[in-house]
Amino acid sequence: MERSLSKNTGFLLRFIGRQDRIRIPLWLLGISFFTLVVPVAFKDMYPTQQERDVMAKTMENPAMTAMVGNGNLDHYTIGAMTAHQMLLLTAVVVGLMSILLLTRHTRGDEEEGRSELIHSLPVGRLANLMAACIVVIGTNVLLALITGFGLYALGIKTMNLEGSLLYGAILGGTGIIFAGVTALFSQLSENSRSVIGYSIALLIIAYLVRAVGDVSNKALSWFSPLGWITQAEVYATNNWWLVILMVGVSIVLFLIAAFLNIIRDLEAGFLPSRPGKETASLVLQHPIGLALKLQRTGTIAWALGLFVIGVSYGSVLGDLETFFEGNEMLENMLVDKAGYSMTEQFIPMLMMVIAILATVPPIMAVNKLLGEEKKNRVDHLLSKAVSRSRLLGSYLIIAIINGVIMLSLAAVGLWAAGTAVMDDAFSFWSIYSAAIVYYPAMLVMIGVVVFLIGVLPKLASIIWIYIVYSFFVLYLGGLFDFPEWVGKLSPFGYIPQLPVEEMEWLPVSLLLLTAIILMVVGFIGYNKRDIG
Amino acid sequence: MGILNVTDLTKQFGKFTALDGVDLTVNEGEVFGFIGPNGAGKSTTIRVLLGIIKATAGQVEIFGKDAWKDAVEIHKRIAYVPGDVNLWPNLTGGEVIDLFLRLRGGNNKNKRDELIEMFDLDPSKKCRTYSKGNRQKVALVAAFSSDADLYILDEPTSGLDPLMEQVFQKCVGRVKEEGKSVLLSSHILSEVEKLCDRIGIIRQGKMIETGTLNELRHLTRTHLLVETKQPMKGLEELSGVHALVEMEQALSFQVDTEHLDEVMKHISKFGVLKLESAPPTLEDLFMRHYENNDNIKAGGAS
Repeated sequence: MERSLSKNTGFLLRFIGRQDRIRIPLWLLGISFFTLVVPVAFKDMYPTQQERDVMAKTMENPAMTAMVGNGNLDHYTIGAMTAHQMLLLTAVVVGLMSILLLTRHTRGDEEEGRSELIHSLPVGRLANLMAACIVVIGTNVLLALITGFGLYALGIKTMNLEGSLLYGAILGGTGIIFAGVTALFSQLSENSRSVIGYSIALLIIAYLVRAVGDVSNKALSWFSPLGWITQAEVYATNNWWLVILMVGVSIVLFLIAAFLNIIRDLEAGFLPSRPGKETASLVLQHPIGLALKLQRTGTIAWALGLFVIGVSYGSVLGDLETFFEGNEMLENMLVDKAGYSMTEQFIPMLMMVIAILATVPPIMAVNKLLGEEKKNRVDHLLSKAVSRSRLLGSYLIIAIINGVIMLSLAAVGLWAAGTAVMDDAFSFWSIYSAAIVYYPAMLVMIGVVVFLIGVLPKLASIIWIYIVYSFFVLYLGGLFDFPEWVGKLSPFGYIPQLPVEEMEWLPVSLLLLTAIILMVVGFIGYNKRDIG
Repeated sequence: MGILNVTDLTKQFGKFTALDGVDLTVNEGEVFGFIGPNGAGKSTTIRVLLGIIKATAGQVEIFGKDAWKDAVEIHKRIAYVPGDVNLWPNLTGGEVIDLFLRLRGGNNKNKRDELIEMFDLDPSKKCRTYSKGNRQKVALVAAFSSDADLYILDEPTSGLDPLMEQVFQKCVGRVKEEGKSVLLSSHILSEVEKLCDRIGIIRQGKMIETGTLNELRHLTRTHLLVETKQPMKGLEELSGVHALVEMEQALSFQVDTEHLDEVMKHISKFGVLKLESAPPTLEDLFMRHYENNDNIKAGGAS
């Protein structure tokens, strides 16, 4: 009986491994790289214990605790710092990796009808689930070993072998727990999108429960697997039994998933799939309503994300003065104007980062049109009484409004959190104007996308390179002493640095003009070219 | 002049010539069958008609307006069903139908609901769960619910079951009765034979044949099965006789339509006991063009 359930698992294992032979190494490479590069960066940025203690002070506020959890702030060594600031967030990413990898090969394959083909061969009922789970568990074990030994190999004094291995094990353990969660949801829900949705929702809930628990009531954090991460006290007491707890919970989850898998029909689920609407709402009867509906979830996620980024930046404003004092590297990155406080000088830099981040969702909003075109769904609209200008215009309007909202939310978050932690708070307008002044630069970026979609659709992904370029050049410009023109290649380089500098209308107006010209040319191009 | 007129349409993608001087006319109230092998240029032609891609050369007019410049005006009176129906996975079928109806302008709720029932479609399901046939039904319901003057259907039945195919044929019949025009691109030759008034065959970007099925039949051969008292002789020497096969009692062969008269005179001399004749099917017609193609290729190679 057992044999027949798992028949050919080994074969499927190799098959799944082969399908993911690029995807899995990329995840491993990315996560390991970030894990290993951060302690090295910390070592460069905070070479003395004195500087690290200042950092520890900055971290000592509820907003930071909510974000990264509790840390060993009394002995804030490089090791403690890495475990505090990086471990939880990296674990969330590892959880995400497990969710995405496992869903593809469980419910994803089933939904696409590929599982049916596999099951028509002499393959055990549980073989596919087992093979997929083993692949993802293996990936997590590999990740644990790479990061564990890798961190130790950095040769940083405060990062000993035991702590480093525990660091890796916690990452892997979190990944395996969420593989278990995904395996379970793959049995419950009928389609892969909701499997991913439910699993990520659980990941977020786990994160939030831990955040609330860490700030207010420690007992609450025990209900969240992500709360266990800080309890492990990596590079301090090294509580290994939390890894055992993680493995134990995972085993239970996998067993339940396997049981449900055996008793259910292929392609069936346990959660009832709700019937959708039989008719379209009034909103959905226009191209713009359709465009909005298609990107609703993504937009809400970005809006929340930018607000949280604003809040987290705002929450450190109170301690900035002490933080910057004596750190030459960070001082170099600031605008450096006499007569302004460190915090004030920090604002333009913050706003630039926020503005570039806030440019991503509006660009995605316009780019969505190109994605629709590639999937041949634009034909449906253009074969109706919808002009190309109206279609592109719908996406453009969404992007333009999207940009204002994103920028505003981040600014509001920053202002609100800043007001809460600062003795001598900024006025709302001084913060908001420093943010919204970047809007013309954002419009130029949107203009570039419209231009690309209209004239050079095949090269549209250039916009992402342009954004990354803008970010690096302007964020690190002060540090590396780039010549000025390097920054001026990006629209963000022309924005007056409020509140430290005076408002300048000329460059801003020229940016607006550039944006409009780009958009007009884009529209003309879009009206002339072939679709699809 | 028909309501759809294509003259000398050429479309190039870079160096590749997808359409090479295509002429096509659809008259008012007629169902025009557009047939040809995969990659012959059917869908490309239709995309030009819809103004989704731009003609490299030639005139494309629908309702007397330019298909590219006046696309939006034209589309108010057109219903279109694409060959590959890609829908938005997180919208329901009902939502998509309403969206399509609304974007064309006008909304006929009764017709919509009636068609949903006729095609046996569950409109409350998300499009991601639909099979190919069901996605096609969504597009068909949206098309036939709309009050269009021209229906452009690109292989609309390739995923439908025979029952639904009949419903589809009923729908085409209905719009024809209302005096509407239909451009039906299809692989299913029996369907074209049944529904279409006129037919155009496209191959390698060129229209190689246009006309009513009867007109086209003149270009082809009639199947004959003949049994005679005396054994028939000399048939193979007559011009216009092909595919001669000796059966137990009878002879089966094909005759070019223009030589039918001579052949019949020849046969009658042997005392006809039994004569069966079958008109050439569209398939014969179609296959003849394929075969020609092969011959050309073979000739070129040798």
